Amino acid sequence: MTATATSNRHSIEVNGATISYLRGGMGAPLLFLHGAGGIGDWAPWMDKLAAHYDLIVPDHPGWGRSDMPEWFDNVHDLAYFYLDFMDALGLKDVNIAGNSIGGWIACEIAVRNTAHLKTLTLVDSAGLRVVGLERFDIFLSSREAHTRAIYFDQTIADRALELPLEGDALDTFLRNRYATARVGWQPRLYDPHLAKWLHRVNVPTLVVWGEQDRIFPVAMQAEFVRLIPGAQAATIPNCGHVPHRECTDAFVAVLDRFISGVRA
Amino acid sequence: MRVLAFHLMPYSEIDPSFYEKYGPAWVTLPNALFDRKAGYRLYNRFLDELEYADSAGFDGICVNEHHQNGYGMMPQPGVFAGALARRTTGWLALLGRALPLVNNPLNIAEEFAEIDQLTGGRLIAGFVRGIGSEYHSSGVNPTESHDRFHEAHDLIVRAWTEPGPFRFEGKYYDYEYVNTWPRTFQDPHPQIWIPSQGSSETIRFAAAKNHRYTYLQTFSPITAVAKYMQMYKDVANEQGYEATPDQLGWSLPIYCAATDEQAREEARPHAEMFVNKYLKISPEMLLPPGYTTVASIKGMMQAKAGMLVDRKLEDLLDSGMFIVGSPKTVREKLVEAQRQIGFGNLLMTIQFGTLPHDLTMNNIKLLAEEVVPYIKQHAKMSTAA
Repeated sequence: MTATATSNRHSIEVNGATISYLRGGMGAPLLFLHGAGGIGDWAPWMDKLAAHYDLIVPDHPGWGRSDMPEWFDNVHDLAYFYLDFMDALGLKDVNIAGNSIGGWIACEIAVRNTAHLKTLTLVDSAGLRVVGLERFDIFLSSREAHTRAIYFDQTIADRALELPLEGDALDTFLRNRYATARVGWQPRLYDPHLAKWLHRVNVPTLVVWGEQDRIFPVAMQAEFVRLIPGAQAATIPNCGHVPHRECTDAFVAVLDRFISGVRA
Repeated sequence: MRVLAFHLMPYSEIDPSFYEKYGPAWVTLPNALFDRKAGYRLYNRFLDELEYADSAGFDGICVNEHHQNGYGMMPQPGVFAGALARRTTGWLALLGRALPLVNNPLNIAEEFAEIDQLTGGRLIAGFVRGIGSEYHSSGVNPTESHDRFHEAHDLIVRAWTEPGPFRFEGKYYDYEYVNTWPRTFQDPHPQIWIPSQGSSETIRFAAAKNHRYTYLQTFSPITAVAKYMQMYKDVANEQGYEATPDQLGWSLPIYCAATDEQAREEARPHAEMFVNKYLKISPEMLLPPGYTTVASIKGMMQAKAGMLVDRKLEDLLDSGMFIVGSPKTVREKLVEAQRQIGFGNLLMTIQFGTLPHDLTMNNIKLLAEEVVPYIKQHAKMSTAA
């Protein structure tokens, strides 16, 4: 399948906000929740997921092409929003995968209500604090330092940094940063209450981590695995903070193995 | 015309190579560089300088608030206002408290009321949002900055003016009992000043018909001073009233010596240190997300890009960000600007960067004796300006 055949940008109004999302492919629903930097347009890594799934990739409220709703104060608002969003699209038996802030939102959804969830996959997820663990400050670093910290393979960072940050790209960058700060400025990208309730996650869970993640070091993976009942771990070597983009084949392989194992 | 002497109280004993070694003087400059005995020396020196300015002929003095940096050492400015209250007789301006940076803004209502009582009504109360880097230092979410500022402002003004106890039901601040003791000495409350570098949101807020707060343009090129003060006057006109000179103020560093040449040579290293070291700050520190609107951030990103380039004293003089010269030069420049722009308040930053005590005292003496009286005499204070 090609990008043009499978990509399709849609929008839907949920709770007063117009939400933009990509949808393509066939199979079980896979709701992919993006991280701080947003998601942009249909990309080659999405083709690989769309080959196996009905892939749905929203711009979170406040990010990308979605509205910044009046009600958007914190991560809990996004969790309740996605419960409404799944209802609005009539999604059932949803596989949720979330990267970084998207993983955090996925956790906040799952501790509230798993009625529509089939599986949960966290990918280099925000949401928990490991006391004493050194972290990268995404808000105090330059665009270059931040971009370099995201990837293990610095040639990808080189290419990303060659793109000029101006016009629409600059507007989107600033919107995404704003929304990220709204959710994660303080406490810094975690919810102090989440750890108390992760035992409520009662769907099969996979915790994927890029072994060389410099945004959230791999030590955080163990904390999610410890707190979510029955959670499995998968580590992708030579990979940074965004395995779906940097190590797409390895990421798709572990995701497929996990989801098909649950089906069996 | 009201002329006040302002002090930032910088950590002026710093090794000038700090920027090259550690980066900006804000947020992450290691506090191991702070000599434990230097605070005692510097605070007492700076308070002496302000007390001298108050006695020598200024209409009053001014302190402000900054956090976790070497640029301005008054994280709790009420301490310094308190120290100055009983040793001075003129206006005591605290410009200002950063309202969103505290969890309980009633503390600020109380602090200002205390100073107003101590001074018998000589307090000028400033409200600010704090600068962007202070959101990194305080942890307060910058995307809440504007809303918290407005809500804290409403709370403080109501605490000063409405009979207590009353309930306050806000989004960020919620109180069963607002009932501040002491009340302010001034009735209904101290003058409120709003210092800013020129955000249109802030100007609209200050100039609103029900506020009419004094807008203070801080450390900006003179073209920006003129532009933003005109914006204030335009907003006032839109709102159906005419802004008076006392609603407008200009704050800038000024240095005076016997001759123009001497003044430039004496000011040069300290002015350049101030701008090129203390004030140099990365965009990520200065503009955290939400601190200003996306449109303002883009404008400031362009304007501030120039701030990372080293500047010479001559650039600062040409743009009008500093005034340096003989008493004659200084007073003529100031009167010309005043007559053009029509401000009724002038804040002279009488010490900047590493400017040492003897030069600071001489600066204060010349300004108080040969500049301040002249400006007060020659300023044009009619609203028709």
